[in-house]
Amino acid sequence: MNQKTKERPLPRPSPESQHFWDGTKAGELRLQKCGDCGKTYFPPRPFCPSCSSRNVSIFAASGKATLYSYVISHLPMPGFDGPHAVAVVTLDEGPRMMTNIVDCDQTPEALVLDMPLEVSFARQNDDITLPLFKPAS
Amino acid sequence: MKHQHVAVVGAAETTEMGVIPGMTELQLHADAGLNALADAGLTVADIDGIACAGVAPDVLASYMGIQPTWIDGTHIGGSSFMLHVRHAMAAIQAGHCKTIIITHGESGRSAVGAAGFPEFFAGRLGGEFEVPYGAHLPPTMFTIPVLRYLKEFDLTTEDLAQVAVAQRKWAALNPRATFKDPLTVDDVMNSKMIAYPFTLLMCCLRTDGGGALILTSADRAKDFPRPPVYILGTGESCEGPMISQLEDYTTSRAFRVAGQTAFTEAGIERADIDHVMIYDAFAHVPLYGLEDLGFCKPGEAAGLVKDGHTSPGGKLPTNTNGGGLSYMHSGMYGMYAMQESVRQIRGIAPAQVPDAKISIALGIGGMFSVSGAIIFGNELP
Ligand SMILES: [Zn+2]
Repeated sequence: MNQKTKERPLPRPSPESQHFWDGTKAGELRLQKCGDCGKTYFPPRPFCPSCSSRNVSIFAASGKATLYSYVISHLPMPGFDGPHAVAVVTLDEGPRMMTNIVDCDQTPEALVLDMPLEVSFARQNDDITLPLFKPAS
Repeated sequence: MKHQHVAVVGAAETTEMGVIPGMTELQLHADAGLNALADAGLTVADIDGIACAGVAPDVLASYMGIQPTWIDGTHIGGSSFMLHVRHAMAAIQAGHCKTIIITHGESGRSAVGAAGFPEFFAGRLGGEFEVPYGAHLPPTMFTIPVLRYLKEFDLTTEDLAQVAVAQRKWAALNPRATFKDPLTVDDVMNSKMIAYPFTLLMCCLRTDGGGALILTSADRAKDFPRPPVYILGTGESCEGPMISQLEDYTTSRAFRVAGQTAFTEAGIERADIDHVMIYDAFAHVPLYGLEDLGFCKPGEAAGLVKDGHTSPGGKLPTNTNGGGLSYMHSGMYGMYAMQESVRQIRGIAPAQVPDAKISIALGIGGMFSVSGAIIFGNELP
């Protein structure tokens, strides 16, 4: 990662994950589901991590989630000003993902475990839109 | 067990410990290795197997003058050396070699000739799905599970501080410990905030150092200058490098599997353990370790610590060198945990636990990604 840049480090899509980043750009949070055992999973890969089947499909998730855990980092991080929560959310569909919580004070009082959240797409450049989360309306 | 047993016949750390600006990482490996050879009364001519992490085993073999018939370069972070011990035991039992040296050296503070951190701790997928959100260093990765853990068990951040306080009591008894001054819970709580709820004194040190072990078969082990420290049980497992993808933030699957495998192999009960070492990169890890090794029920470890059971004089003496929080932490700490287990079983530790006969060392690699567990004892079963 480049510590000199003021920009946050951005993901580099791969052949296996391009559909996910195409999805966030189009305003969809795309997950994958196994056609054989029914497992919904993340991060992206073209096979099921539960039963090894290649019979998997991509679908748009609801974007609803709850706050599973987090820390509030006081360390310098490119693209962030001051203390910021590094959070893990549980999607309503089951998988968890790392994210940031926006439209919310970055304090323990405001960030309450299990609080309902919804996805908030944050465009970074022409290629990358990050799925961030905000308190559910 | 049907296989013959294997024993540690040499064990030593680097000559200096803490801040060692005058030595490359490669030389730290060699310095520890030479000290362990001297401890065993051997030279490199006696060594036919090598395992190390941080530098590649071929690099170190060439540097030290070792001509091996067995090589293991397993490099999975801080528990690499526990896995080396387990793999070395199997290699000796299989007859692939007779006498193995396992080394660690890391210029974690001075960064002299250091390999440095990999681009992303959590691999390529971590770089894509974790780093952009600020999970880019151990203090913002390893720490993420703890608020869930505290909530599920109705604990507080003061319970984390107690771990640092307890280990400082051990460090005060260890002349080589980096920090020896007594700590209070308030000291820990009021130290600089790093990543809420973790303050500076809940995070490990960054120091320079190394350590090495020499293993051989139990039938040869009695011919060495030091009393043999037998390997009674071993275990290893992994869950994965992405902290966001661990299945349960209140427990470590890799800890549970590695620990149970080691206990099963040793054929002993938890109550048989006299001494415990649990890799403590951050203050919560010993709590997970005590629970996942089965020394108490889920959520009860903080009570053990608070009530003094892991402190000097307690029934479950834990991290008796002061641990990564107070003794030293070069980056891949697992070797130092095993060094302390061996010292305790030999009866020569600075903070010696009276009559310690069986010790367990639990290692962690990455952020709850990999684990190795080794049970050491002073007698063959
Ligand atoms: Zn499946």
